[in-house]
Amino acid sequence: MGKKAKTEIIVGMGTCGITAGASDIYALAGELAKAKGLDIKLSSTSCIGMCHSEVLVDVVVDGFARVTYGNVTTASIEEIINSHAAENVPVIKYALAQMPSYGKAYDDIPVFSQLPYMNKQERVVLSNCGFIDPLSIEDYISHGGYEAVKKVIATGDPKAAIEIIKASGLRGRGGAGFPTGLKWEFCNKAQSDIKYIICNADEGDPGAFMDRSVLEGDPHAIIEGMLIGGYSIGANYGYVYCRAEYPLAISNLKVAIAAAHERGFLGDSVLGSGFKFNIKIKEGAGAFVCGEETALIASIEGLRGMPRAKPPFPAQKGLWGKPTVINNVETLANVPRIIVKGAEWFSSFGTEKSKGTKVFALAGKINRGGLIEIPMGITLREIIYDIGGGIPNDKAFKAVQTGGPSGGCLTTAMLDTPVDYESIAKAGSIVGSGGMIVLDEDNCMVNIAKFFLEFTQSESCGKCTPCRIGTKRLYEILERITNGKGRKGDLELLEALSEDIRAASLCGLGQTAPNPVLSTLRNFREEYVAHIEEKRCPAAVCKPLITFTIKEDTCTGCMACARSCPVNAITGEKKKPHFITPELCIKCGSCFDACKFKSVLKK
Amino acid sequence: MFQEGVPMEGLNDILAKYYQSEGSIVSILQDMEVRYGYIPEEAVSWVSGQTGLPASRFYGVATFYGQFHLVKPGKNVVKICRGTACHVKGSEKISDDVQTMLHCGVGETTPDGNFTVEHVACVGACARAPIFIVGKDVYGKMTPQKAKKQLEKYMDGEGNGKKG
Repeated sequence: MGKKAKTEIIVGMGTCGITAGASDIYALAGELAKAKGLDIKLSSTSCIGMCHSEVLVDVVVDGFARVTYGNVTTASIEEIINSHAAENVPVIKYALAQMPSYGKAYDDIPVFSQLPYMNKQERVVLSNCGFIDPLSIEDYISHGGYEAVKKVIATGDPKAAIEIIKASGLRGRGGAGFPTGLKWEFCNKAQSDIKYIICNADEGDPGAFMDRSVLEGDPHAIIEGMLIGGYSIGANYGYVYCRAEYPLAISNLKVAIAAAHERGFLGDSVLGSGFKFNIKIKEGAGAFVCGEETALIASIEGLRGMPRAKPPFPAQKGLWGKPTVINNVETLANVPRIIVKGAEWFSSFGTEKSKGTKVFALAGKINRGGLIEIPMGITLREIIYDIGGGIPNDKAFKAVQTGGPSGGCLTTAMLDTPVDYESIAKAGSIVGSGGMIVLDEDNCMVNIAKFFLEFTQSESCGKCTPCRIGTKRLYEILERITNGKGRKGDLELLEALSEDIRAASLCGLGQTAPNPVLSTLRNFREEYVAHIEEKRCPAAVCKPLITFTIKEDTCTGCMACARSCPVNAITGEKKKPHFITPELCIKCGSCFDACKFKSVLKK
Repeated sequence: MFQEGVPMEGLNDILAKYYQSEGSIVSILQDMEVRYGYIPEEAVSWVSGQTGLPASRFYGVATFYGQFHLVKPGKNVVKICRGTACHVKGSEKISDDVQTMLHCGVGETTPDGNFTVEHVACVGACARAPIFIVGKDVYGKMTPQKAKKQLEKYMDGEGNGKKG
């Protein structure tokens, strides 16, 4: 086979890839290829969504299929380069999949789109992520980029795109699900000399990362979406409000904005049409509440990010008092695709009221975690078992948490619920921004509720009392229950307090903060009761309620537990059963983790 | 005007960059945070004097957002991700063990100034949970043992974080 073939090596350098060591692999791949005297093009791409198999490296030999390698290490990259890049012989044992659209297929490597992880997915928003070089505007353009904005400007009619978006049924992907076309129409009708469009990239839900991935992997799609939105509502200024915790997203976006200016897609006369449009990046400063529209606006204005009462809605009175549209990253990434392929194409995906696809961040106790995009309407079971490959270590599925701190937990009985706005709401949670955290039998539901309340009470901006004090009191009650000090009547108190906070809080943060408590109370009430009445944590998580003991008959006396104990609470001679002194034990669980014979019991 | 250790270079530039634009308090503070690693009191009073805005305006903003530090952090900032995915995969124990190892609570700095321990809400690498960060190095799929081992790399003979 062709030794001299022009070969490309592509390393996945999104945040997940880097976390797994992609930077080292990238550098090493370059060195190895150079040492072998190979003529290769080394490049990077963003997250393709298979975060469970990072580091991902793709090899494309000219004229042949693109092969994706998973869990690449410093050892396997050498083999891959020596065999595949140099000799065009793929290393089957490390190859995850191949994409025959690039050229001649190889034997014995599964096709990418047929992988169990991929074959139920429908990639619209993520179509470029992991495929194009996010730092190259040429790459974006060669994949059909900026065609949509040309089409929209060519109509000369700001309302043209609004009509298409309205007909597509696209709803805001940030959480509330408000129809995007309507939002644009309201703002288009508002009379003002200045208007703004803001991209909300303040992805605060701890457990959701689709906005990060899209900004990192396809920043030009966001710019194009904002251009179309800006043209439609009559805005000449755009802001991207992005979390400071996403440094790579911010730097990729900066490169993209500069390139778009150079090419005339941004500036005083976009594509020579006379339409002026500029984009500024505003870095968030670490406040969850700034995902709320009015708080986000206050933050851009340089103030404390505190929400205000609505109306007036931002579409009438937003940034600096001017009409403003705020769209989420995923929403905007959908826009150019809808314009190019049409409203009918988009609405062919999904259910009657929830059109299109939705990106979910699948994580937690799941075999194949990552970023997935599915047509609305497939079931939770399909997502967790078919795409995600089920629960690791033969543990039992317990619940899936959706919607983050504003959402709830769905149980085994709800696994056949279709994933769309209405069905998930009916089941007692929300789609939210798309976080999906899978919990297994080792997770305590009271602990999970406490975890979310710890988050919301510390992120409450403090403006209104029900949220500021209410979430704090909720947290304190949950804390005492998990400490074994729960009292009779606590559950009723939690419910009553939750209803008050829900009804009386000013913004979405407070109104939804009790949801994790209410949903776990509804679905796992017996776990709460066990904590309060039996002083027992069924999942053996809550420290004050558990004890560690050593099973004498299976303990080999290897001393691993004794060595791991930070407080010297474990005694015993070598090769003889060990003992834990309960008075000294701080219940850190180190011995449980250290024992290879499952002889440490946690109850 | 400036105390030892709070050099003024750059502050003029920061101010000049934002002087004309509206809503710049957050941006000024962000640049200060980059410049000094925290928000020095002396820098705030200088900018306050230059702009005529009361220092309380700056502190109102600085204390609202999680990004800003009012105290100088240690040489290595250790961040344990406490997002949902990290929580369900055991980040609480990583945090506990790191705090025990360094004798340092969350938001505190070791007496030798080598480590500051912080929690971060979510870094968005949830499928690689639990995540653990030291300085700019991000580590995924951590266990308490692995995290402690990584930390050892950042200890030098002088300040091993175990003092105090």
